[in-house]
Amino acid sequence: MGKVRLLVGTRKGAFILTSDGTRKDWTVSGPHFAGWEIYHLKGSPVDPDRLYASQSSGWFGQVVQRSNDGGLTWEAVSNNFVYEGVAGTHQWYDGTPHPWEFKRVWHLEPSLTCPDTLYAGAEDAALFRSVDAGASWTELAGLRTHGTGPAWQPGAGGMCLHTILLDPLNPQRIFIAISAAGAFRTDDGGQSWKPINRGLHSLYIPDPAAEVGHCVHHMALHPSRPETLYMQKHWDVMRSDDAGDSWREISGNLPTDFGFVVDVHAHEPETLYVVPIKSDSEHFPLDGQLRVYRSVSGGDEWEPLTKGLPQSNCYVNVLRDAMAVDTLDDCGIYFGTTGGQLYASADSGDNWQAIVRDLPAVLSVEVQTLP
Amino acid sequence: MTSCVRVELPAHLRLLAGVGQEIVVSLTGPVTQRTVLDALEADHPMLKGTIRDRTSKLRRPFIRFFACEEDLSHLSPDDTLPVAVIDGQEPLLVVGAIAGG
Repeated sequence: MGKVRLLVGTRKGAFILTSDGTRKDWTVSGPHFAGWEIYHLKGSPVDPDRLYASQSSGWFGQVVQRSNDGGLTWEAVSNNFVYEGVAGTHQWYDGTPHPWEFKRVWHLEPSLTCPDTLYAGAEDAALFRSVDAGASWTELAGLRTHGTGPAWQPGAGGMCLHTILLDPLNPQRIFIAISAAGAFRTDDGGQSWKPINRGLHSLYIPDPAAEVGHCVHHMALHPSRPETLYMQKHWDVMRSDDAGDSWREISGNLPTDFGFVVDVHAHEPETLYVVPIKSDSEHFPLDGQLRVYRSVSGGDEWEPLTKGLPQSNCYVNVLRDAMAVDTLDDCGIYFGTTGGQLYASADSGDNWQAIVRDLPAVLSVEVQTLP
Repeated sequence: MTSCVRVELPAHLRLLAGVGQEIVVSLTGPVTQRTVLDALEADHPMLKGTIRDRTSKLRRPFIRFFACEEDLSHLSPDDTLPVAVIDGQEPLLVVGAIAGG
């Protein structure tokens, strides 16, 4: 039957939850790194007991933790993130040049083939790689030094590289997304990058169809069809079927197309999930009703999933990295809220239960499907 | 001459380093913010970058240094610390600025 392990990053520590394949009863471990912000933690696909965690604090900066035993014990590894060469400037909120400054790691993405290799998405936006299990980091500077770099501008949450998607069929291809520069792709292992924002339309930037400047909130793909990308933009849910070369809107009948998360069913590449949020000024569900929306047709047509979710007086948010899917036969869907609830569905979203209700604000959720 | 300097860390850094409230670092030569932190980071490498920038060695903005009821935060990192700290009578306090929740 297998079992699952949830890796949950919160504003005040990390939590690890385990359950058998029924996903009814959960054991909660934590808080790990109590009091620290855990933006993200994730396990290696090839060695599930190898975990990496991004631990940070406005006071004490960035720490990266590694576990070799599924989170029972942890060891701090290198936090030495140095931009290659002269860091240069990007645009500040007022349009003036601003020096690139490292602040934190938003997302850690372990390699699909090597447990010692992983990628780190940083604020200010840059992509770093470690090939020695976090003992050292090297910037893949071709991204930051792309000709558009000086025009990149931070979103409200900072200029963060928050999404890293590794193509399982092409080891030279990586997709990333930056708020608020947009999406980029490399086809040569990170040496060179191209913006992949054609078709995105953002009314609140000077040129609504600009090459960069779009506030991409998150992207997802199905491992069997990595040419197809799904995106939750600031406004608009988007789809690309040519690896990001062009995009079309698939918001369809969503009650609002603002949101942060998007994820894909583990076994159905055309089934995807979003959590509509009222607006960019009101970061909570419409009408106080927490609804996951599912499309089984690759977008455009959406159905609300509500069973087990609060349908009144709910004003939480679901942040960009706070949804994950397991790979059990009946796909499990998980998401965390800024109110500290962690919801799970063991039947592809038809029914939900809160498996914990009172964690600190949830920043990220990952799930491992274990033997 | 070897000095044994007592250092108190804030709770988050005690948790990170796996140490108690007060630790002792041994160093020879001048006893300054820089040499104490060099010795502290040598003993506890996971603290690198958490008290001062790894490259510039400048104090992180929300970190303060106190000793003998004085704020030493704005002194040069190469200034000699108070005699009571050098003698081990008083600890060097590394403090996270009180702000936020």
